[in-house]
Amino acid sequence: MVTAEEIWAALAEIPDPEIPAISLVDLGVVKSVEVDGRRVRIEFTPTFMGCPALERMRVEMTAAVEELGAEAEIEVVLDDSWSSERISAEGREKLRTAGFAPPAPRTTEGVTLVQLERGPFRCPYCGSTDTRLENIFGPTPCRSIRYCSACRQPFEQFKTL
Amino acid sequence: MQERSKADLLLELADDELFLGWRNSEWTGIAPFLEEDVAFSSIAQNEIGHARALYELAARELDTTADALAFDRQPEEYRCAPLVELRRLEWARTIARHWLYETADEIRLAALKASDDPEIAGIASKIDREETYHRLHAEMWVERLLVSEDGRARLNEAVEELWPYALGVLDDELRPELRSRIEGRLGRSLPEVEPVPRGRHEAELAELWQEMTVVRRSAPTGAQW
Repeated sequence: MVTAEEIWAALAEIPDPEIPAISLVDLGVVKSVEVDGRRVRIEFTPTFMGCPALERMRVEMTAAVEELGAEAEIEVVLDDSWSSERISAEGREKLRTAGFAPPAPRTTEGVTLVQLERGPFRCPYCGSTDTRLENIFGPTPCRSIRYCSACRQPFEQFKTL
Repeated sequence: MQERSKADLLLELADDELFLGWRNSEWTGIAPFLEEDVAFSSIAQNEIGHARALYELAARELDTTADALAFDRQPEEYRCAPLVELRRLEWARTIARHWLYETADEIRLAALKASDDPEIAGIASKIDREETYHRLHAEMWVERLLVSEDGRARLNEAVEELWPYALGVLDDELRPELRSRIEGRLGRSLPEVEPVPRGRHEAELAELWQEMTVVRRSAPTGAQW
């Protein structure tokens, strides 16, 4: 009989389809795992609802559960329970190493234009905070584009949500 | 909020996001510069993601599927506000529509987040969080247009033209809030006009519907790629 721990361990092996450096568990999109005999119920919280990788994530999670000889029931949670604060410390480090600046902490006032334009965002390559916002939007809904004036590199910044 | 069934409410929200998503995607590849190609494409993708989630909730209420709700209805059956149907406009009007819609949507979502129905309140909170970035993008452009005389004139002209449409996005009781925000930002008053009501459609809707549903209609049992 499969245990919840085994399921969590299997999910922690699934790379994010868009940013393979980080796993679905690091990303914080697995809200809960419940095991009832052969049935495994997973609550899945999308990052951005326009994320093209959501379907892929569901398919991969289902396959991982089936590989352990159980049946998956993936429930998509449609509320704001995912936030960028749910990315694990390990996940943030993996993002940085892969060249993605991890999200800035979420403040009570939420995200403001002043914060995006003047905030101290750190370049994942050289560590300088002499960076500027190039575009609020990037290759996927969860990323912005910034430019580092110190090492003259554009880089991707995970959005604070 | 005005009384309507849960399914009707979800369809109004979903149809607004679906059609606006399509209209925004019309800028992909031809926006004034590359950053805006990326921005409008990303916003479009996110709006369509919202539409999909809203259709999925509506489909549970109506015992059907999200795809059937998005693509199998006749053009006159859609519940979107005419503001989102207008075909790709020139840039100042595109920015004006974007700003008017996102502002109206913020007011509407604030009301929905207080809903007694946890599903409605939950999805409204989720959408609202993501829409923050759409609003920041719109605000950045409004700021940019308002600093020059030419930009200010174009934005004002566009807002005035779209104003009856913008009012039509919201229920009666939420309209004064939209007026006060837009007037406050522009530093002028806007005319008292009859809102263009939801459910009435522009000719452009039927054209867009033809394009949007062509694959679905040519392969009703599901297209194989």
